[in-house]
Amino acid sequence: MSPHLPGMTERTRLATAGAQAAVAESLRAQPRGDKARGTLFFALLLLAVGIALLGLAAVIVQSAIKGAPQFGLSLITEGPSTIFPEQAGFRPAIIGTLYLIGGVILFVVPIGVGAAVYLEEYANRERWWNRLIELNIQNLAAVPSIIYGILGLAFIVRGPLDLGFIALAGALTLSLLVLPTVIIAAREAIRAVPPSIREGSLALGATQWQTIRRQVLPASIPGIATGVILALSRAIGEAAPLLLVGAATFVTFDPQPLSGGYSAMPVQIFNYALRPQDEFKVVAAAGVVLMLIVLLAMNSFAIWLRNRYEQQW
Amino acid sequence: MEARGATAATGGPGRLDPARPLVAARPRYGEKVIQGLLAACAVISVITTTAIVISLLSPTIDFFGEVSLRDFFSFDEWAPTQADPSFGVFRIVIGTLSTSLWALLFAVPIGLLAAIYLSEYAHPTVRKVTKPVLEVLAGIPTVALGLFAVTFLSPEIQDVVPSLVKSPPFFALAAGLGIGLLLVPIIASISDDAMRAVPGALREGAYGLGATKLKVATRVVFPAAISGIVASVVLALSRAVGETMIVLLAAGGTPNATFDPGASVLTMTAFIGKTATGDIATGTITYDTIFAVGALLFVMTLGMNAIAIRLVRRFREVYE
Repeated sequence: MSPHLPGMTERTRLATAGAQAAVAESLRAQPRGDKARGTLFFALLLLAVGIALLGLAAVIVQSAIKGAPQFGLSLITEGPSTIFPEQAGFRPAIIGTLYLIGGVILFVVPIGVGAAVYLEEYANRERWWNRLIELNIQNLAAVPSIIYGILGLAFIVRGPLDLGFIALAGALTLSLLVLPTVIIAAREAIRAVPPSIREGSLALGATQWQTIRRQVLPASIPGIATGVILALSRAIGEAAPLLLVGAATFVTFDPQPLSGGYSAMPVQIFNYALRPQDEFKVVAAAGVVLMLIVLLAMNSFAIWLRNRYEQQW
Repeated sequence: MEARGATAATGGPGRLDPARPLVAARPRYGEKVIQGLLAACAVISVITTTAIVISLLSPTIDFFGEVSLRDFFSFDEWAPTQADPSFGVFRIVIGTLSTSLWALLFAVPIGLLAAIYLSEYAHPTVRKVTKPVLEVLAGIPTVALGLFAVTFLSPEIQDVVPSLVKSPPFFALAAGLGIGLLLVPIIASISDDAMRAVPGALREGAYGLGATKLKVATRVVFPAAISGIVASVVLALSRAVGETMIVLLAAGGTPNATFDPGASVLTMTAFIGKTATGDIATGTITYDTIFAVGALLFVMTLGMNAIAIRLVRRFREVYE
C-alpha cells in the first residue's frame, strides 16, 4: 500500500514505495530456513516428550499384558512355588511388605518430621554443626540404596544391633534409606509457612513449641504428608538393600515381624524374574502390576495432595 | 491477665520493672527437652553417615590387608569367590560405566529436550498435566524396569539389530535402556526447574533483538541454566552408577572390561547384590570384598554428588 498524497511526484512515490518494501522485507527477515528449523525443533521436542511418556507407559502396559494370564485371587492368597508357576502367588511377600512399611512409618514419621522441625525452627545456621547436618542430609539422599543394604548388614543385622535377618532389620534399613527424603520434603513444607504466622502466635504469648505444634505443623501437614507418601512408595518398591538384609530367603510361610525369615514384594518379583522359565516371568509381571497399582495410586494421591493444598499465603 | 494489663496501663503498682528483662518468669524446661529431642532426630542423619563410613571402613581395611592396592586397582581377572581369587576391580568399574554410559546416551537427549519443551514451549495446561505424570512415572520400582528390560527391551533389540548382541538375552544395552527410562524423569524435572529459574527479562531481551523462539530456547535459556542442567546430568549419572536391580536382571553378570553395548557385563552394584544374598560368613575374603567394592562405589557417588551440589548452589546464586 503506497500513500498517494497530493503534491507527491512520481519520483518520491517510487522512493517511498522502495523504502517501504525494504523495511517490510527486513522486518519479515526471519528467513524461511529459520521457520523450518523452528518447526523441526518443535517436532523434536514433542518426539522426546512422547518417547519419555510412552517408554514409561510401555512398562506398565507390557507388564499388564505379560502378567494377564496370572491375574486372579491366587496371586494374593497363595505362597511362592518352585514347581507350579500357575499356582504361585505373593502372600508371604505381601505380608512381609506390610510389616516393613508399618515399621518404616513408625520410625520415619516422628524422626523425619522432628529433624525437619529442628532444622527449620530451632537450628542457628551460623553454627557449623547445623550446617554439617544439612550438608550431610543432602549427601545421604544421593547414596545408592545398595550401600544402605551394606549398612544394614553390618550394623543392624550383625554388629551393634545384631537383630539377625528379621523383618524389623529390613524396616530399619529402609527407614534410614528414605529418611533424607522425608526430612527434605518436611523442611520445604515447614519453610512455606510464612514467618508472620509464627510472629503472631509468639506475640500472643505462645511459647516456641506451642507455636510449632498449634500453628506451624497444622499448616504444613499437606506438604509433609506428600513427602511421607512419596517416601513410603519408594520404600515399597526398593529391593536392592533388602537383598542384603535377609529378604532374599525363600519363604513359603507367613512371616513374623520379629523372628524368622521374611520376604517382600519387590524381592519376590525379582526371584521369580530370575528363573529361566518364562512361566515364572509371567508371575513376576503379574506381581509388578499388583505393586504398580498400589504405588501409582499412592504417588498420584501425594501429587494431587500437594497441588490441591499448595497455598499462597 | 486482663487485670494485669489494666494496672500496667494505668501505671499502677504492677508497672513493668525496667530492670526485669522480658523473659519468662520461670524457666521452661519442657521447651528445652523438646528442643533436645528434635535435635536428636536431626543428629540421627549424622549417625547414619558415620555408621556407613565405619561399616565400610573396617572390612575394607581387612580386605587391603590381604589384597594389595595394585592387585585391586588393575585390569586383572575379577574372580573374588574362586579358590585362586583375583581382584581386578577395573573390570566391574568399566562394566558399571558401560551400562551408565548407554543409559545416559538415551536419557540425556530425551530428558533435556523434554525439559526444554516443558519450560519454554508447553502451554501451561499441558505442563500442569505432563509434569505430575512424569513424577508419578518416576515412582515405577526398579524391579519393574528390570523385568521390562529382560522381557521386552532385550528381545526387541535382538530383533532389530541381531548382529549387535553377543550374549543374548543379557547385555549392557538392554540394562542401559532400562536405567535410561529411570533417569529421564530425573533429568527432565531438575533441568526444567533450572530453566524456569532463568528470569523472563533475558528471554524478552532476546525476542526484542529479533531472536526466534528456537534461538531463545537454545542460545539464551539453555546456556543460562547450564549449571543446573549439568547438575541434573551428574545426579542422573550417580543414580545410574548406583542402580542395582535393573543390572542384576538384565546386564548378564560376566566381568568384561568393555563398553560394547552387546556384551554381558558385571557392575559393582550387581556384584554386591549377587554375592551378598547368601548368608556369607563374616571375616572371609568374599565378605570383605563386598565392603571394599561398596566403599569404592560410595566414594564415587559421593564425589559426583559433591559436584552436583556445588553446581546447583551456583545456579541458585546467579539470579537472586
